[in-house]
Amino acid sequence: MSNKKPETGAFFQRDRQWHPPAYTPDYKTSVVRSPQRALLSLDNTLSEITGPVFGHALLGELDDDLIHNFAKPGESAIGQRIIVHGRVVDERGVGVAGALLEFWQANAGGRYRHKREGYLAALDPNFGGCGRTITDEDGYYRFRTVKPGAYPWPNGVNDWRPAHIHFSVFGHGFAQRLITQMYFEGDPMIWQCPIVKSIPDKAAIEQLIAALDRQNTIPMDARAYKFDIVLRGRRSTLFENRMEGN
Amino acid sequence: MVQSLGFLKETPSQTAGPYVHIGCTPNFSGIAGVYDTDLGAAMVNDKTLGERITLRGRIFDGTGTPLRDALVEIWQADAAGLYNSPSEMRGTADANFTGWGRCPTDMETGEYVFETIRPGRVPYKDGRLMAPHVTLWIVARGINIGLQTRLYFADEEAANAEDPVLQRIEHRNRVPTLLARREGSAYHFDIHLQGEKETVFFDI
Repeated sequence: MSNKKPETGAFFQRDRQWHPPAYTPDYKTSVVRSPQRALLSLDNTLSEITGPVFGHALLGELDDDLIHNFAKPGESAIGQRIIVHGRVVDERGVGVAGALLEFWQANAGGRYRHKREGYLAALDPNFGGCGRTITDEDGYYRFRTVKPGAYPWPNGVNDWRPAHIHFSVFGHGFAQRLITQMYFEGDPMIWQCPIVKSIPDKAAIEQLIAALDRQNTIPMDARAYKFDIVLRGRRSTLFENRMEGN
Repeated sequence: MVQSLGFLKETPSQTAGPYVHIGCTPNFSGIAGVYDTDLGAAMVNDKTLGERITLRGRIFDGTGTPLRDALVEIWQADAAGLYNSPSEMRGTADANFTGWGRCPTDMETGEYVFETIRPGRVPYKDGRLMAPHVTLWIVARGINIGLQTRLYFADEEAANAEDPVLQRIEHRNRVPTLLARREGSAYHFDIHLQGEKETVFFDI
């Protein structure tokens, strides 16, 4: 965690034209799972400004290494070895220190390790598919994994998800809570996916595409992809009518 | 032209998908041995102060079918009304209470359950006290951006009547969608994503 004084301001209003709307019928499950009534706007109270923060003590030694954290001793997951790294910042460009990131993904063949999953592609006995890490003082994070495969899903009769890694992100306030998906540069499936296209703005979609990062590739070991994450920014004061503590 | 304000855009949300459990509750999803326990599974311990309560309920889609693949997170104050957060400047919250919990809905019944404590009252922006409440965040397959709502306690009638957030709900017949009803030692709180009984969701 940072030595900086904690911030206590409300968060910037979320731009819900930038995020996907609730109702996106080409993504079929959204049809009956989307509220029909307008959201009630709530200027942040303490209940939204505060949020849980997790210490580095939470982490196990291999939590950020999906190639090994489920593998038998001496073995490793099959697939293209990659490093995913980047920075968590807020909308002001300020690094978010101590942010907990959790990620999950399919294996190299597009198969998830989950009770409910029945895709015929094989499980990898050395790959679990979950990992987590916490950003450093400047907001940086990194983890090691294999590149996930594309994956068919029962939406259209021939719909396939692009290769993707799911991210769950905690900032410092519960109003910053975010789940998203990272895609890979150059994947032609991105532009055909109804879940991707739930986002109306092309520039917003591009914010989810990690760039191949040759400068951070480890020669003869793993390629790198860079994926920066932006959380909501914060106003500077807590209570307009309470001067102390600001 | 004027100078750019220089703000970045927030990373857009995407659905958590049907396999959110792999990343957020791997032990629940059948992946053992990576994490000791699933994060957020326990909010209280033997020393936690306050009245122990159970929160339970289900999440229904627009056809009345319970979601069996959702993930619910809650965030609440301790018994004294303090949050266990670095942004809490009014005092120090109960160290034996996390304030945060995470529960997947049961894969068969769709029920979520939290063992927690009744939260104390927290001030609104203008200093008035809000009624005791728990903040909920719901993600699932088919939900493109996490849904935020609040659970209030139906038996806190006087506090609820003066709650500044509940007062802002124009359609008064929707207020009960945020009230958990007592059932023995538990509070029951169902969430309806869509339709006649649609729960009030917030843009926070």
